[in-house]
Amino acid sequence: MSIAKLNNQATLCRRISTCESSGVTLLLITVALSYLVLFLGLPLLAVFVEAFSKGWALYWAALQEPDAWSAIQLTLIAAAISVPANLVFGVAAAWAIAKFEFKGKSLLITLIDLPFAVSPVVSGLVFVLLFGAQGWFGPWLQAHDIKLIFAVPGIVLATIFVTFPFIARELIPLMQAQGKEEEEAAVSLGASGWQTFHRVTLPIIAPGVVAAALFAFAVSFDQFVISYFLAPPGVSTLPVEIYAAIRKGFTPEVNAVSAALVTLAIKSLVEWQARRSGEPLHGAH
Amino acid sequence: MSITIENLNKSFGAYKALDNINLEVNSGELLALLGPSGCGKTSLLRIIGGMELADTGKLLFHGEDVRQRDARERNVGFVFQHYALFRHMTVFENVAFGLRVKPKKERHSEAEIKRRVHELLSLVQLDFLHDRYPAQLSGGQRQRIALARALAVEPKILLLDEPFGALDAQVRKELRRWLRRLHDELHITSIFVTHDQEEALEVADRVVVMNKGRIEQVGTPDEVYAAPATPFVYQFIGNVNLFHSRDHAPWTEHHGDAVAYVRPHDIDISVLPQDDTALPVEVKLVRAIGSVVRVEVAADDSSELIEIELSRERFDAAPLANGDRVFIRPRQFRVFETGEQHEFSAT
Repeated sequence: MSIAKLNNQATLCRRISTCESSGVTLLLITVALSYLVLFLGLPLLAVFVEAFSKGWALYWAALQEPDAWSAIQLTLIAAAISVPANLVFGVAAAWAIAKFEFKGKSLLITLIDLPFAVSPVVSGLVFVLLFGAQGWFGPWLQAHDIKLIFAVPGIVLATIFVTFPFIARELIPLMQAQGKEEEEAAVSLGASGWQTFHRVTLPIIAPGVVAAALFAFAVSFDQFVISYFLAPPGVSTLPVEIYAAIRKGFTPEVNAVSAALVTLAIKSLVEWQARRSGEPLHGAH
Repeated sequence: MSITIENLNKSFGAYKALDNINLEVNSGELLALLGPSGCGKTSLLRIIGGMELADTGKLLFHGEDVRQRDARERNVGFVFQHYALFRHMTVFENVAFGLRVKPKKERHSEAEIKRRVHELLSLVQLDFLHDRYPAQLSGGQRQRIALARALAVEPKILLLDEPFGALDAQVRKELRRWLRRLHDELHITSIFVTHDQEEALEVADRVVVMNKGRIEQVGTPDEVYAAPATPFVYQFIGNVNLFHSRDHAPWTEHHGDAVAYVRPHDIDISVLPQDDTALPVEVKLVRAIGSVVRVEVAADDSSELIEIELSRERFDAAPLANGDRVFIRPRQFRVFETGEQHEFSAT
């Protein structure tokens, strides 16, 4: 871009009231960036620097530690089950809320948000009350020799509970913004409810669904309180593993596992953001 | 296919969108639902299309009650105001949609679908765009694709919601003529919703003028323009001057509190009083607009402007200038008693 053109833009800019002088722009950017670096960049940097302080080899070795490895596995299992489960529920709920009017709609929206508002400790307690030895379903579960609480299924259940608002919450505004004209068009052309959903609704929201799933995936890694509450002795998820290890001292494993956790979270968030801001898969541009 | 609507009512909460609608749509005609926004015209269209349910009343297609049939089973083509093209499908797939979702035993072969879609795309003169996505089309092109898509399922009735509402003036005019020609070719019973009187009068066989959930008048374009049934129709279609009995009694005499409605082109101007009912006025403004000359005058004791339209020949025969004092008299007018629909006409 030529200087003349730049100057032109500058004069044009000054006439628009929303443009700020370069001093103000610089100041605002500096403030925002330093804030970001101080509260996000620095801590993240510390984690990675420490994790790799003894080199790649040790990093890998630390990850292959049995405790660390089982924690990673459990975390991934919980995510792998809870994300698809919540995906089905989230798409259904978002569809219902965005496209239809029915009684109790606001109640449903409030209920979806409940896990946001309820303290994870209380949520953990709820599961103990329901499925614990003295809980409502405890005796029945024991009689059938099913172990939910303080076992892997308990952690999966708890992860589902805590992450279920994320997908519905992500999709509701998206589907509301799209309106229902395209669905109405499909129905007037003779499509059944299912045909309308899988030929029209689903393809349109697909990028949003993938984005929401990635976000829920990132969130599901980080359920410390509830995992701590419900994990059986000797088994834990990544955050719990880290916490337990820290109490023994800052070993390279702790740093390595932390770095792994952060990497997973960042990776899914980046993907989520990319899809969220991205265009629909085809056509629109 | 004819459509019969009897005593139809629809409310949204406390708001009455449709108030006892009775309407007969003849087979093969092109009907316009005309009215200001919020008059219930779109609600009526959506009820006919099955996207909305009426609270009470009858809806018959060719004498057959269709209230129990949903949009899918009514065999009605619907063209949406904002086209509602499937954004993730090509133009071809959009048009093919209605053919592809048919139950297996009714579905055509792939070759037949292809043939039909290309035929429809040729009909709307856009076959060359078959592999584009809706976002790559102009407004007018989208509109025509939406129409081709609706026609693909061979509907017996075609419903169009503000079909030209989102287009610019030039494209609008072209598409209007095109729609009229298309209708003359296909002869599908068609109803379109519009708030643009010019559009309704130019395109439709008959016009239904609606206001506040009621039908004010049903008639040919000429009827609703030349013989408006209600004060609302008078004002909504074309320009009109109002002469209240309080201000100028001679034209509304013997009718108590009443208003005379006079079209701008139904007023005579003369230097001498035509008769003892003539109104003395002063010319305030003279403007030549194309083939007509618009003259604004005001009565001596009033600041309210009266609009008069003269043909150019008429004006040239007796030119006027600002400040001239003249007399006016309506050639034709209609009196409506205030608050009543009661009418009286004089010539």
